[in-house]
Amino acid sequence: MNAARKTKRARAGSPAAARKKKAEAAVMMSAEKLTKRFGGVVALDSLELELRQGEILGLIGPNGSGKTTFFNVVTGIYPANDGHVRFDGADITNASPQSVYHAGIARTFQRSRLSLPLSIFDNIMIGNHARLNQGLWFNLISRAAFKQEFEESFETARELVHIFDAPLADRMFDPVAGLPMIDRRRIEICRALISQPKLLLLDEPSAGMTHEETAQLMDDILEVRGRMEGLSIIIVEHEMGVIERITERCVVLNFGRKIAEGTFKQISNDREVQEAYLGIE
Amino acid sequence: MNSGEKQTPATLWPALAGTALTIVYVILLLKVESQTEVIGLLVVGALAILATSWSGHLARAGQALTHHESILHLLVIFGALVIIGFFREDHFTLLLLTTVMLYVLATLGLNLQFGYAGVLNFAGASFFGIGGYTAAVLGAHTPVPDLLIILAGGVMAALIGSILLLPVLRTRGHYAAVVTIAFALLFKVFLEVNDILGGPQGLQVPGMEMFGWKFNNNIEIGALELSFYVNYLIVILLVLIAAFALVRRLERSWVGLNLDALRLDETAATCFGLNIVRWKVTAFLLGNFLIGIAGALSGMVIGFVAPTSFTFADSLILVSIVLLGGIGNVWGLVLATAIVVIIPEKLQAIQEYRFLLYAAMVMLMLLFRPEGLLPRPVRHYFPGWRPK
Repeated sequence: MNAARKTKRARAGSPAAARKKKAEAAVMMSAEKLTKRFGGVVALDSLELELRQGEILGLIGPNGSGKTTFFNVVTGIYPANDGHVRFDGADITNASPQSVYHAGIARTFQRSRLSLPLSIFDNIMIGNHARLNQGLWFNLISRAAFKQEFEESFETARELVHIFDAPLADRMFDPVAGLPMIDRRRIEICRALISQPKLLLLDEPSAGMTHEETAQLMDDILEVRGRMEGLSIIIVEHEMGVIERITERCVVLNFGRKIAEGTFKQISNDREVQEAYLGIE
Repeated sequence: MNSGEKQTPATLWPALAGTALTIVYVILLLKVESQTEVIGLLVVGALAILATSWSGHLARAGQALTHHESILHLLVIFGALVIIGFFREDHFTLLLLTTVMLYVLATLGLNLQFGYAGVLNFAGASFFGIGGYTAAVLGAHTPVPDLLIILAGGVMAALIGSILLLPVLRTRGHYAAVVTIAFALLFKVFLEVNDILGGPQGLQVPGMEMFGWKFNNNIEIGALELSFYVNYLIVILLVLIAAFALVRRLERSWVGLNLDALRLDETAATCFGLNIVRWKVTAFLLGNFLIGIAGALSGMVIGFVAPTSFTFADSLILVSIVLLGGIGNVWGLVLATAIVVIIPEKLQAIQEYRFLLYAAMVMLMLLFRPEGLLPRPVRHYFPGWRPK
């Protein structure tokens, strides 16, 4: 227990040491020659990407460079035209969204996709699908057993929400529709985290929020990651402050191709990246 | 009930008084014959609702009753029994009451499909008819006990409904609705040309008989003589309570949550592991099962089934009840069914125009109050439950 705490502090204390440690960690996910075409448009062009266990990887690039498409192909919403996705030792190329989720990948969406008329608790429980008993008999007839599972799930969900925002944890049965954007983002991230995934895909978590709100949300994400051993994260983001602060490594896409890779400092000094973003000739 | 005390010391008295008044009101409405009296009563009812909702009494009574749900259930059952008891000899009114209850049962099924899973079913009356025809055939030609025949009506509706599963699963939204419309039209034509099922004349359905108790005989207890419809009403009330409890539990479980999730956002739902096919099939079959049971009971009560009773127009009435009541709210169904079935029956003047009226009502509803008369509240898995 003590030792574990010490290593965590050591990790947090020196990013260099942490990065070194990550380099030794196992590969969590990889994309090999991943290609996705929409008619004549090549959204992903032989993309090669590797993510290690416990790493936070930033995925950046101009609009339409294929970041969200990458998420959609990995999570099985779009089938890939070519190439492979490997996750945790298994080939998950073109697996159904359901099996990708069961394999341990959870995501958030660019446009917040919560079920607005449902309560905070309901929305989070949608993400908990794999861990809930879905049997008809259990749900309809053995209500005592159901109640026990319900109470346990409620506690877990409440604790998770509490990390993000304590007052929100007291309003678990409020409909999501009445909440401001930052709370919706929090709930969306809780919905993805409740199933304790191995990989979290965050698609523009800062969209529609102020700088302060974004900073706050990133603090919370880092705190949660500290509690969930081995959670890897890929984050798509336009807010460079966010990328600089929380990622350990970045991959830059342009027209579906990887044009640079490295720490934020490395890629921000990269000439090709500057051209892609600023259009310097 | 120590749970509710902290925030709202929800007193039950206004709710109890309201229930008593409602029972008296319904009895009066069913009792009066003259058109002016009916119109007068309807105006009084509308004004009373407006006044109590303006003064906040209606909301408070509703709140108190949702806090003490078991009391609400008992009150409603008590109210139903009082009304049945009051009209114990009046065949016509009792038949009207069975119609209301059977429509509630059928729309409970429709609500599972449309209100929860978002699968529009415009063939409700057809599945109702399948239940009725099953009762007719099994009742006349086999020694199957009536209780099983009722279940068989539901099972047949679910089985025949599974023909529609493939097209319903492959299409979304309006397109799935079109598939069910086609089925409704085909079903009626099929019945009309099919001589084995009696063609356009339809079939006789033998009355119910359970454990030697013949339902089509009037009940005589000493000097008291009750209409034979009371037999049916009691059985239907029991079936309705069971179905209501089933739908309620389903809504307040992970199953209900799954159905909501897939209705609201199918893509997001699949990304969290939901098996869309499994839950759509569950909702569609279970919904048709309830509709079929209602149909079988209806066939037995009325004594005959014919294609003209199960038209597309009847399906539309079922759908409009769900829309009017408040999509996904089971109490809304009860209220909307009562309005849609009883008012045209009492107001002779509008009977000719009832379809026009339904259409106008649904359009006004969708324009000005799309959530229905009783909007569906947020799910509480165990009413009154509070986190520790």
